[in-house]
Amino acid sequence: MSGAILALEGVTKSFGPIEVLHGVDFALHPGEVHALIGENGAGKSTTMKILAGYLDPTGGRVTFEGKPITFTGSDQAEDLGIVMIHQEFNLAEHLSIDQNVFLGRELKRGLLLDHKAMRVRTAELLSRLECRADPGAQVSRISVPDKQMVEIAKALSRKARVLIMDEPTAVLTEKETEILFRQIERLREEGVAILYTSHKLGEVKRIADRVTVLRDGVMVRSDRTADVTEDDMATAMVGRELSDLFPPKITAHGEPILVAESITVPGIVHDASLTLHKGEVLGIGGLVGSGRTELAEAIAGLRPRQGTVRLNGAELPAGQVAQAMRAGLAYLTEDRKGAGLLLEKTLRENLTLPLLETFGRPLIDHKREEAALDRAIADFAIKAPDRGMAVGDLSGGNQQKLLLAKTLLSDPQVVIIDEPTRGIDIGTKQQIYSLIAQLAAEGRSIIVISSEMPELIGLASRVVVMHAGRIAGELSGDAVTERGIVGLAMGMDGSSKDHAA
Amino acid sequence: MTTATNTLTRRPRVNLTVIAPLVALLVLIGIGMALNPNFLSWANITNVLARSAFIGIIAIGMTFVITAGGLDLSVGSMAAFVAGLMILSMNMLTESMGPGLPVIFAGIAIALATGLAAGFINGILITRAGIEAFILTLGTMGIYRSLVTWLADGGTLSLGFEMREMYRPVYYSGVAGIAWPIIVFAVLAILGEITMRHTAFGRHCAAIGSNEKVARYSSVAVLRVRLATYVLLGVLVGIAVVMYVPRLGSASATTGLLWELEAIAAVIIGGTLLKGGFGRVWGTVVGVLILSLIGNLLNLTDFVSPYLNGAIQGVVIILAVVLQRNTGAAR
Repeated sequence: MSGAILALEGVTKSFGPIEVLHGVDFALHPGEVHALIGENGAGKSTTMKILAGYLDPTGGRVTFEGKPITFTGSDQAEDLGIVMIHQEFNLAEHLSIDQNVFLGRELKRGLLLDHKAMRVRTAELLSRLECRADPGAQVSRISVPDKQMVEIAKALSRKARVLIMDEPTAVLTEKETEILFRQIERLREEGVAILYTSHKLGEVKRIADRVTVLRDGVMVRSDRTADVTEDDMATAMVGRELSDLFPPKITAHGEPILVAESITVPGIVHDASLTLHKGEVLGIGGLVGSGRTELAEAIAGLRPRQGTVRLNGAELPAGQVAQAMRAGLAYLTEDRKGAGLLLEKTLRENLTLPLLETFGRPLIDHKREEAALDRAIADFAIKAPDRGMAVGDLSGGNQQKLLLAKTLLSDPQVVIIDEPTRGIDIGTKQQIYSLIAQLAAEGRSIIVISSEMPELIGLASRVVVMHAGRIAGELSGDAVTERGIVGLAMGMDGSSKDHAA
Repeated sequence: MTTATNTLTRRPRVNLTVIAPLVALLVLIGIGMALNPNFLSWANITNVLARSAFIGIIAIGMTFVITAGGLDLSVGSMAAFVAGLMILSMNMLTESMGPGLPVIFAGIAIALATGLAAGFINGILITRAGIEAFILTLGTMGIYRSLVTWLADGGTLSLGFEMREMYRPVYYSGVAGIAWPIIVFAVLAILGEITMRHTAFGRHCAAIGSNEKVARYSSVAVLRVRLATYVLLGVLVGIAVVMYVPRLGSASATTGLLWELEAIAAVIIGGTLLKGGFGRVWGTVVGVLILSLIGNLLNLTDFVSPYLNGAIQGVVIILAVVLQRNTGAAR
């Protein structure tokens, strides 16, 4: 095999004090499809962004054609033929397809744009991808798979030597995936080096020549795809020891308290049912985008839904979040900054927002608010240098603790916690885990939604796993394993043996 | 570490912007005193305050609308329309009932109800039909303006002589030498400030303007609060009209012209964020006073032509926004 075109040598990357990549070695060779797999947060995206010049490594070096290189930005990388296709589309929604394909490197005739040439070239690219969208169509009006094809057409038009694809098939149907694979194979024959990531291990096995597994920012193994099975890959992705980060689990056998039946959120969640028992910690697993959050939001009254939700036997109407809260159901959002806290407001104003009416009517009693904040700071160990500071200036961990305090202010019987520890350090994680256990011990019932497998396994005695908007299965007791959850989450068959309770 | 130093260095700057409108007002008063000894005379001050009361009352409502992330361009036209309708119905009632206090009360009720209805229409279309506030109120601005022109048949609607004499004291008389419009403005300003700072409604307005999604996830009734801000503004327009009609006893197509811009300008000068999320009624009151004192000063002195009033007000508005943007960047 020829030498690597683009490679990482002992690359580390830190965001602030947290190191997310610990000495990664990784090489892309011309004419080879190299798959990079790992769980959410394993460092795949960071690795790709360093390769494509979007991020600089903190340590180690990037080499291009054997020589060390420091990209000034993704522009320089693109000029060298390194093109990345993003998972979130990087398209200008209001421009047409051809305008997007040639954005920033428009074809010109003299001073003016050569519209005709660009349209013809775009049409050629699209027909190669068997995409029937009109090159003149506005991108905001085309379907999601078509957008993916436009991204790919854009990359093809750049004469890529290295193509980095971040989960390109996540939004494609099987047929569209096949078309994409034919293009990948064609590019491979032309000698392009391709980096491919996917959560679908079957695809990796099918298309990749080499597969590298990343776990917690460390390269775990790298093999020729022919030498490994899907099971080997899954084991390598999740195989990690659980420390005593988690408090002992309580197995609860209380009465059902929350019963959701046939919940459907059009286009996102299909016919999902679940039951939560008193004093139980129930986990919901599944990939990002599998409909976990939407299911929880539908139950909490934050989204229109079909299907019924009963709390203590009484039905909760759809779309009535205030009523659900008064009935004793609280939801903690995964989107802390976008939907959880008012970043430019103070701690006090954030804490009491959901329950302002109970702090005095018609005039708010500021002393009672301050007292509530005192209690929250003590109970949740919130560290704020100054009580009057804006919440946006708190650390992520302290924001999360404040959000927990805010959610629990209404003294709910049922709490749904979506990604309890996203983006926070290990110490705060442990505090939040023991807090969740404590809530369950008090007789509250908790649903934990998480992308982090150890979190689900460490906290929940029963885990419901979602795949593509449906509940793929349920695991309980000793059957709650990383392998079991990953299997269900990836829609792999043969995991039904784990169903037994 | 960095956050701690940020808060330390930012603190005095925030305090400065908190009092900046007040400082500007004091500077303006100082200049006025230096240029013309009559500036601080009782007659001049009450005159300025009484004239600014209409815009002031509307600007109080505008503070809530803007704080909740909205905008209402229709208030000036709405005021003209409400005034026209009030005068027209009072004249008709005078014919059927004869002149008297009941006609005045009926007129006031009609003004308040029309204001409420107009605000409700704005609010319901913005919240339920999801029309951009700027566009919708631009549309209703044209509609109300054209309706009053039509009601007046292109001319002027005048209150009958007897009723005008009877209604006059609402603008021209008062208590202890303070005219009624000033008293009403002051009372509403105090109530507004309390509502903004100390009630759930005021806090909810700021929360919605700051981040609507967070408010919704915190079980705040976002649409209802939004709607309420427009209804409140409509009612306040009605009150302003009740105080305004006795002044001239007439309404025409030019009544309340550009009031919406003056009200919005006063709100922004007062330190309320145009993008919403933070508002203060006392600041709006200071903003109203600054704008009307500028006009008054130019009239009292020969220093600058009164025709340049608009230019100077414009400079003040731009300065206020620049100041706001600087604090925004510091956040």
